[in-house]
Amino acid sequence: MSVTVRLPGALRDATGGETKLTASGGTLREVISEIDRRHPGFASRVLDEGGALRSYVNVYIGEDDARTRGGSGAVVPDGSEVMVIPAMAGGR
Amino acid sequence: MSRLTAELVRERVRDTILERIGDTPLIPLHRVGAGLRGGLWAKIESANPGGSVKDRPALWMILDAEEEGRLRRRRIVLDATSGNTGVALAMVCAVRGYDLELCMPDKVSIERKRIARAFGAQLVLTDPLEGTDGAIREAQRRAAADPDRYVYVDQYSNLANPLSHELGTGAEIWKQTGGRVTHFVAGVGTSGTVVGVSRALRPKRVRIVAVQPDEALHGIEGWKHMPTALRPAIWDERVADVHRVMATDEAIAMTKRLAREEGIFTGPSGGAAVAAGIAVAREESGRIVVLIADGGERYLSTPLWE
Repeated sequence: MSVTVRLPGALRDATGGETKLTASGGTLREVISEIDRRHPGFASRVLDEGGALRSYVNVYIGEDDARTRGGSGAVVPDGSEVMVIPAMAGGR
Repeated sequence: MSRLTAELVRERVRDTILERIGDTPLIPLHRVGAGLRGGLWAKIESANPGGSVKDRPALWMILDAEEEGRLRRRRIVLDATSGNTGVALAMVCAVRGYDLELCMPDKVSIERKRIARAFGAQLVLTDPLEGTDGAIREAQRRAAADPDRYVYVDQYSNLANPLSHELGTGAEIWKQTGGRVTHFVAGVGTSGTVVGVSRALRPKRVRIVAVQPDEALHGIEGWKHMPTALRPAIWDERVADVHRVMATDEAIAMTKRLAREEGIFTGPSGGAAVAAGIAVAREESGRIVVLIADGGERYLSTPLWE
């Protein structure tokens, strides 16, 4: 199961500068864990201590908000694109 | 140099909803501020007719463009915003009779898009991965490509933004506290609030506290993590006596306490500002005023209140 993960510039420091990665996993949590193995500390930027999506992080699987599909437990279909959205920072 | 004064602004908006911008309430925080020496007050900017502090700079920036003659021809007002400034500009433009285009990141909360559209604004949605900085770059591109068509308000560079806080917010706080305020605490987004209030109150020996998010990926909407963001031209670190950072989790916890213990329904930036104010009060006794920028209604579709 391979998916493309697109990250905001605000997470670039957590992935060695990469903002587009390929990862594997059947659920969003597994995908995040797989990236965390390559880039330790990544998961804690996106998930809270209980393993849920941080309240200020939005993740889309394709066009769907992951929260509407089970949050970090959402199934990630093979070949899909996962997008992590930054909080809206500055000036509103 | 802007020719605007508080009196001129009042004159220009007489007998419209816009004359209700400003003069927002200053409310003592009895419970979340319990045990602190001195005292803690919140300036409630959700009481503005557009629902946020951004009504102030939006009004002053549009009136400034009118005074300079830039809006006399039928041109389109343009700016980049992730929400509250867009709503405020849309309200002001509706009253003053201007067309408005707003560049904002796709997937901003649905409330802001719908309210801005309700006031008649046209939205240009930009790459959500680039956040507000991506929206700024798109507004800059549009303005440069067709300068005769647009009046690019540019809240990040517009001197009428801090001026609205110098002659409005800051002057109000001084009057409302009878000159007894010792500290002013606010977050930095465009930086207009901190820069403007500093100009009004620092000469009166009020200490200015500027607060930023503690990391680049944060949930304090409207605030900028300056080390990783496009730097607003109006920002000047020297306007603040103290610089602090705030974690999103602490901000959200205080946002919820404000609702349950003080009856103040706000967003994450309001909680962040109050939490920072309490931290200041533990270190420096005084009569501390904290600015709460908007109301919690703007976040109903987000996970904040689930």
